[in-house]
Amino acid sequence: MSALEQAPGVRIRRGLVAPLALLILWELVARFQLANVHIVVPPWRVVQTALVHVADGSIFVDLAASLQRDLEGLVLGALVGVIAGALLGASRLVDRLVGPTFHAAKQVAVFAWIPLMSVWFGTGELAKVVFIALSAFYPVALNTEEGVRSIAREHLEVAKAFRLSRWSTVRTVLLPAAAPSIFAGLRLGLVYSWLGTIGAEYLLAPGRGIGNVMIAGRQRVAMDEVFLGIIVVGLVGFTLDTLAGRLEARALRWRPRST
Amino acid sequence: MVQMESPYKLPISSTAKPERLASRLLSRALRASLGLALPVVLLVVWSLACTHEWVPPQLLPAPDMVRDTFIDEVRSGDLWANVRISLERVIVGFAAGSAAGVALGAAMGLSRRLEDYVYPLFNVLSQVPVLAWVPLAMLFFGIGESLKFVFIAFAALLPVAVNTLRGFRGVPKTYMDVGATFQFTRRQYLGRVVLPAAVPAIFVGLRTGLTQAWLSLVTVELLASSEGLGFLVVWGRQLFQLDLVLVAIFAVGIVGLVLDKGLAIVESRFLRWKPAASRSSTGSAQ
Repeated sequence: MSALEQAPGVRIRRGLVAPLALLILWELVARFQLANVHIVVPPWRVVQTALVHVADGSIFVDLAASLQRDLEGLVLGALVGVIAGALLGASRLVDRLVGPTFHAAKQVAVFAWIPLMSVWFGTGELAKVVFIALSAFYPVALNTEEGVRSIAREHLEVAKAFRLSRWSTVRTVLLPAAAPSIFAGLRLGLVYSWLGTIGAEYLLAPGRGIGNVMIAGRQRVAMDEVFLGIIVVGLVGFTLDTLAGRLEARALRWRPRST
Repeated sequence: MVQMESPYKLPISSTAKPERLASRLLSRALRASLGLALPVVLLVVWSLACTHEWVPPQLLPAPDMVRDTFIDEVRSGDLWANVRISLERVIVGFAAGSAAGVALGAAMGLSRRLEDYVYPLFNVLSQVPVLAWVPLAMLFFGIGESLKFVFIAFAALLPVAVNTLRGFRGVPKTYMDVGATFQFTRRQYLGRVVLPAAVPAIFVGLRTGLTQAWLSLVTVELLASSEGLGFLVVWGRQLFQLDLVLVAIFAVGIVGLVLDKGLAIVESRFLRWKPAASRSSTGSAQ
């Protein structure tokens, strides 16, 4: 490998080739009407639509609506998930009693529950938040369970030697030792709750939200709106995950790097 | 009771064995019955709620009604027809997408130059949740059969390609050193060192990809389909037949389980060369 190939500038330039080629291809297809022109709009139309949505502020209303239900669902699902996972991981009895049912229900692709939920919780905000909570619940619960179960026996023996009460064992030994797994679960929960938000907006009652912008855009055969939605969804997902990663690194600062 | 050793008895180990087996069977039975306790309680509460009409039957059909619907659906072949359609879609789409994913991931793994060109685009694309592409895919491919196949393939491709690349890059240096000791050719490196070492990572990708593919298919079928299990759920909902909805959800779970276990069996065959201790670390992300 030559020195030139290792230079970061070269790598960045190479990385830009494929997206640019795609963009040019897209422009050519739109300009020379190589595909159904009603569907394929030129790339600049996406930018234009984005500017319109930003200027009239509607994109922020949709974004705020989506983020709010995402957060509500995440908090609800993560709370229940951490508690359920901790119980499953710490207590053999709970694991034997609830574990099989818990793991069996996990097998259902989560979006299949939406039609049933729409009967029980309506098709409005409540159903959406409950569904998002369910999406976040499983990754959080599974990782917490794993983390609590795999706590080193020595740690628990130390707690026993210090005659810690049950509650202080949980607080000072169990939770800190399981923290990395719990955080990994929370990050996954964040990803899945965002996915759940989009899915809930697709499938439940129309209202404000990024998912609704996209579904409405498809119905009106407006590719620019659909594409705008994709970009926003991707950006939000990326930002949320990056923020969560920072928070995680901060919260786990006390741990030695090697473990 | 104090146990006395009789000199006329056979050595302990041979008499204790059936006892241990029995106690193991007993504890296993106990464990199974503990696991069944919750579903049984739920079932009892459910049927009580229905017979006493605590909840209107439109919101919660009685368990025996769900059972009857299940039997009807199985007998009429309706359930199986929908299962078959969904299975066919997910298997064909997943096979195409994961094959392309392994090929692309391996190509990137072998050529840094290709990785430089392609990986950043992959990275950007994988930031967007798969579901967000559904409306765009529906614009391009309509809501027919091609939508499902293309979309499932796409859903599987990204995680498989990324994990295959990771597997190729993560070959332990000691393995390569062993190859150097044997003066392996490039081909031998690939077949005997790199590929086997990358298998666990590839399977992490395949399992994530299959989960994603199944989740995506069910969602696409919920949104736009006239056949398949996802459609059956929506159809039951539209008719307000929750018994049918529950049967379809049950079938979604069973198919998901079968797909997951099927892949796990394939995986264990591929990983037989690995010592058991290091095998467990390859669990998928979810």
